[in-house]
Amino acid sequence: MATKASRSAARLMMAPAVILLMGWMLVPLTMTVWFSFRKYLPLRGGDLGPAGFDNYVRFVTSSSFWPAVWTTLIIVGGVLLITVVLGILLALLLDQPMWGQGVVRILVIAPFFVMPTVSALVWKNMFMDPTNGLFAHLWRLFGAEPVAWLSEASMGSIVMIVSWQWLPFATLILLTAIQSLDSEQLEAAEMDGAGPLQRFGHIILPHLGRAITIVILIQTIFLLSIFAEIFVTTGGAFGTRTLTYLIFQRVLESQNVGLGSAGGVYAIILANIVAIFLMRIVGKNLDA
Amino acid sequence: MARAVSTQRKTLTTALAWAIGLVIFFPILWTVLTSFKTEAQAIANPPIFLNFDWTLENYAIVQERSNYMRFLWNSVILAGGSTLLGIIIAVPAAWSMAFVPSKRTKDILLWMLSTKMLPAVGVLYPIYLLFIKMGLLDSRAGMVIVLMLINLPIIVWMLYTYFREIPGEILEAARMDGATLKEELIYILTPMAIPGIASTVLLNFILAWNEAFWTLNLTAVDAAPLTAFIASYSSPEGLFFAKLSAASTMAIAPILILGWFSQKQLVRGLTFGAVK
Repeated sequence: MATKASRSAARLMMAPAVILLMGWMLVPLTMTVWFSFRKYLPLRGGDLGPAGFDNYVRFVTSSSFWPAVWTTLIIVGGVLLITVVLGILLALLLDQPMWGQGVVRILVIAPFFVMPTVSALVWKNMFMDPTNGLFAHLWRLFGAEPVAWLSEASMGSIVMIVSWQWLPFATLILLTAIQSLDSEQLEAAEMDGAGPLQRFGHIILPHLGRAITIVILIQTIFLLSIFAEIFVTTGGAFGTRTLTYLIFQRVLESQNVGLGSAGGVYAIILANIVAIFLMRIVGKNLDA
Repeated sequence: MARAVSTQRKTLTTALAWAIGLVIFFPILWTVLTSFKTEAQAIANPPIFLNFDWTLENYAIVQERSNYMRFLWNSVILAGGSTLLGIIIAVPAAWSMAFVPSKRTKDILLWMLSTKMLPAVGVLYPIYLLFIKMGLLDSRAGMVIVLMLINLPIIVWMLYTYFREIPGEILEAARMDGATLKEELIYILTPMAIPGIASTVLLNFILAWNEAFWTLNLTAVDAAPLTAFIASYSSPEGLFFAKLSAASTMAIAPILILGWFSQKQLVRGLTFGAVK
């Protein structure tokens, strides 16, 4: 039994972490909310008084808002679709008996550890460059005209770069989940005459359900805020301006802090909607 | 009973898996290879794979021109410092939550997790402003604090899931024998907790090393780590493939190697213990 003394000691030990995170959350958040109701232009006089809900209205009625929402949805949706589907297939494959499984795993996981600025630049220049990139060489080999990937197929290119970074994460988590599956259950199903597709649909997929949900939720939170990949490739041009990037431009590039902060509040609300679902799952797991 | 798998099928699986693995790994392999080529060989058509004159000159040029060592040193300080500071703050918190749980423990854990979900861009300007006011912009101290704070929830969570696996009976037995809280910590808990702490350190070092929102927005010269160093190759130097490759290889090699050791912890750390 925990004594009273150990309880207060416990509280004391928790205090630094709790206080720091509380400050980290509340101070900037309060400032963002405050700025969002002000006309605040640091380069043109600073705080020019209250603005009511003007910033909120202007942010959503500006011509760049809806395109940014679409861009965000396409990137998040596209990357999720690719990484989850390929991740399941890859996890199933890696779970099979083979020679050199450990090495293949290492190869597949590697992209996750490449820093975002490196992967974006390597893809942008060495693969997607229309003159000297490997894709351009490949296209010419087949007599086709090289494509300027990041300007002509900008969205597809970004989705592909980000998917390459996140496929290892999905694969690794799904593989971990598959490996926890009771193999006797699969064998029993096989003896009862269930084919590979039936075994996948009725046993493996339901078993993976929770892991897939977790992959989707965690990736969504990270994908909603991807930044470096766009910063070093297109800089938000060619229709690749996401909500995160739009807010960044409002705040730091055009120094319209009030407007950017209103955007920030929207982004926080959006992220929280996703977060609630994730927390439910994680919370359930804590009780177990 | 293990199922007998035909050699033929195993061969097929192996071939397929290796092929896919190599395709996924190819961009990294290609970057490393290109870093040893001359600029002319780097853009040659048809591309040259192995039969080129291996050279180290790109590495020398990159170091000389952009002072790679300084960025590397900043990366080490930022990732190492923030991880160390985070561990110092998180160990007591995770320890108390795992061994003296109260009704609110779960709420506190979930709340900590929720701070991780706060989109960075939503609080970019306040942090930027506070950094200017406090003279922390482009300072190592400021970056260490920010990176520590963004990873603190993950550190607490990982440590908590590891600590919870330490059987509480051992601690109770120690208490019965009259061990004080301090003795309990030093002689019983620490040895059992070291593996978990080591994994947590590893994963968070990697996450801090690769962080590319705050490091790009809050550093310029003095505190700029490798993420910013590479971003400076965005243009026009990016068109010099061999040098870009050398710079990239130097930026990712240390962490790639650490990363391969942390596969297992990656799953636990990034899913907050929901998948083990």
